[in-house]
Amino acid sequence: MDEIITLNHGAGGRQSHDLISRVFAAAFGMPMPLTDSAIIEDAVNTLAFTTDSYVVDPVFFPGGDIGKLSICGTVNDLAVSGAVPKYISASFIIEEGFPVGHLRKIAESMAEEAHKAGVKIVTGDTKVVEKGKCDQLFITTSGIGMLQRDRTGISAGVEVARGDKLIINGSLGNHAIAVLGSRNKLSFTTPVISDCAPLNHMINKVLEKCKKIHFMRDLTRGGLSGVLNELAAICEKGIIIDENSIPVDGPVRGACEMLGFDPLYLANEGKILIVAASSESEEILSILKSDPLGRNSAIIGEISGQNEGRVILNTLTGGKRIVDMPSGVQLPRIC
Amino acid sequence: MKFIDGYRDSDLIGRIVRRIEISATGRYVFMEVCGGHTAAIRRFGINSILPRNIRLISGPGCPVCVTGKDFIDTLAAYSEMDDVMICSFGDLLRIPGTGGRSLEKMKAGGADIRVVFSCLDALETARRWPYKKVIFAGIGFETTAPGTAVAVKLAAEQKLDNFLVLSAHKVMPPAMETILREGTALNGFICPGHVAAITGADVFGFIPARYNTGCVVTGFEPADILVSILMLVLQANSGLPAVEIQYGRVVTASGNMTARKIMAEVFEPCDAEWRGLGIIQDSGLQLREKYTCCDAKKIIPIDVNREAETENCICGDILKGVREPADCPLFGTLCTPLNPEGACMVSEEGSCNAWYKYRITDG
Repeated sequence: MDEIITLNHGAGGRQSHDLISRVFAAAFGMPMPLTDSAIIEDAVNTLAFTTDSYVVDPVFFPGGDIGKLSICGTVNDLAVSGAVPKYISASFIIEEGFPVGHLRKIAESMAEEAHKAGVKIVTGDTKVVEKGKCDQLFITTSGIGMLQRDRTGISAGVEVARGDKLIINGSLGNHAIAVLGSRNKLSFTTPVISDCAPLNHMINKVLEKCKKIHFMRDLTRGGLSGVLNELAAICEKGIIIDENSIPVDGPVRGACEMLGFDPLYLANEGKILIVAASSESEEILSILKSDPLGRNSAIIGEISGQNEGRVILNTLTGGKRIVDMPSGVQLPRIC
Repeated sequence: MKFIDGYRDSDLIGRIVRRIEISATGRYVFMEVCGGHTAAIRRFGINSILPRNIRLISGPGCPVCVTGKDFIDTLAAYSEMDDVMICSFGDLLRIPGTGGRSLEKMKAGGADIRVVFSCLDALETARRWPYKKVIFAGIGFETTAPGTAVAVKLAAEQKLDNFLVLSAHKVMPPAMETILREGTALNGFICPGHVAAITGADVFGFIPARYNTGCVVTGFEPADILVSILMLVLQANSGLPAVEIQYGRVVTASGNMTARKIMAEVFEPCDAEWRGLGIIQDSGLQLREKYTCCDAKKIIPIDVNREAETENCICGDILKGVREPADCPLFGTLCTPLNPEGACMVSEEGSCNAWYKYRITDG
C-alpha cells in the first residue's frame, strides 16, 4: 500500500515529526530543532513569527470555541518563545451552510480573547467551500511578537542544564477530555471545561522577574509527554518526573481510567512547561500560583544526568517506567 | 477518585511488597491473562518493585492481540463494499491484516469506519443510517460479549435488518487450559477480574483441580495486583492450589447471572483461531441460528485468502509465556507501536506494546 496520510500524522507525536521533517523541513530547508515560533532578527528588531490552523470538532465546546482557541493558541506559541505577542492574522475556510449567527459568535469570542491578550487582529481572509469540502469551519491564525535579545534561546532550550526544575501551571488533559466529551456526548458528573486561555500576561510576569528560564513550551497536541520527549532529544539529557506531583483533576482522571487514556498524552490549550534553574524554581512557582491561570502550578521533576534522551516517570507506587514519545492518536481501549 | 487512590497509596504498596519479600522464599512464575493487568503492571512499574525471584509473564489476554489476520481482512473487504459502515472498538483500528492493511489505513483511504465505545453505539448508528449496512466488529471476551448479545437481541426484536455483527468473541478458560497443556511452567494465574465478574470465579475451578495450579481473581489497581501476588506466593508455598477471589468488591463465585443468561441465549460455542495459539476447541462464540439475521458471516459471506503469520514474529510464544517481547528479533526495530508487525504490539494492552512503552531502564 502506498504511504498515505492517516490521522496519526496530525496527532503531534512521532508521525507528525516524521512528516514535518521528511516532507516540509526537507523541502523548505528549515533549521533544526523546529520550535513553536520562528525567530527573525535584523539590525533593529527581533521578531517571533508563528502560524497555526484550528480544525476542532465540535466548533463550540465547554470552555470555549474554535475562535477562542485560534487566538489563544497563537498567542501562547509566541509567548512561550519569550516574545510579547502583538499582531494576529486570521483566515477562515467556511463550509457552505454554516450559520452566520455561529460565525458572529466565534468572531466575538476571537475579539474578546485578543482584547484580553492585548493583541490586534490586523488582517485576514475568507473562503467558502462546497458542503463536504471542509467540516463547518477551519481557522488559521498567524502571529507576530516582539522578542528581547536575551530571550532568543528559550524556544530551542539551548541553556537547559542538569538540575534544572520542570514546572507546569496546572492540571493536565482538561481540553482534550472536554472536546472528546462534547464530541461523543459523554456526560460527566462534574463537567470538564477546556483550559483554553491566553497565557502571555502570566508568562510575562515570570520572564520579568526571573532570568534563568531555559525553556518554555505549551502542552498542546502530544501533551506533556510529547513536549518532554522533544526536550530530552534536543538537549540530549535525561528527564525525571514524579507521577505524584503531576496535577490531574478528578473528572479527567476518571475519564482516562474509563477510556484507557493517559493524561500525560492529552492535549491542553492553557498549559505550559517551564524549565528553569533550580535556584529560581520556587520564585517562579509562587508567581504562577498568584495568577488565576496558574493556581495549581507544580514542580513536577528535573533534568537529570542519566538516561540521556529519555523521560523516566517515578510512578505513584514507587516503581519506574519510561514515558515514550506519543505514537499516533490515543485509541480508546476495549475493556 | 477516592475509590482508586486508596489502592495506589505508596505506603500501603510498600507494606505489601515487604510482605511479599518475606514470604517469597523460592522462585515463582505467575501469568496474567488479562490485557488490563498487563497494562497496569507496566504502567505502575510493578515489575520494578517486585523481588527478582518473582517473574510475571503475559498470557493471551488482549482480545485485539489474539484476533487473527483473517478477521481484519474480512472487515477490510466489507469496508470496500458499497453502503457498508464498519463500527469498531478503537484499538482494533491499528491491527495489521494481510500486507499491512489495517482499518485505520482503509479509513484514511475513504472507507466508512467509525470508532464506537460499545456495541449499543453501533446499534444506534444502524438506526440512524437505515440505508447502510452497519457491521459491528465483535471482539473481546466475556466482558464485551454480553453487550454484543444485548444489541443483537434488540436488533432482532426490533427487526432492524441493517445491523450485523462479525463475531470473533472468545471465552478465556479454554485458552488457559491450552497454555497449561502445552507445559508452560507456572506457579499460578493472576485471573482476569472483569471476565470473572461475568462468569464467576468458579469457572477457573478446573485449573487447581486438574493442573495443580493456583488462581487468584484479581482487580486492576496496584494494591490489588500485589495482594494477589502475595496470595499466589502463599498458595504456592502451601502446595494447596485453589481459586481465591482478591477482587471481592466486584467478583462472586457464580458471576452475573443476567449477563450469562443473555450470552447463552444469543451465542453458542464454536472452535476459534487464536493468533499464536492456533485453533482452540469451543473457545469462540458464534451467533445462534435464531440470530442469523444479524450474522455478518452468513448475510454477507466472503472469502479472504489466509496469509501465514509474519516471519520471525514470536507473538505465539509471547502469548504462551514461553518467551518475552525482548526475545523477539523484530521488537523495537521492525515492530513498534507505530508500525506493528505482530498483534501484541498493536493494542495498549498487548504485551509488546506495554513493554515498549513502559519498559524499565537499568539506569
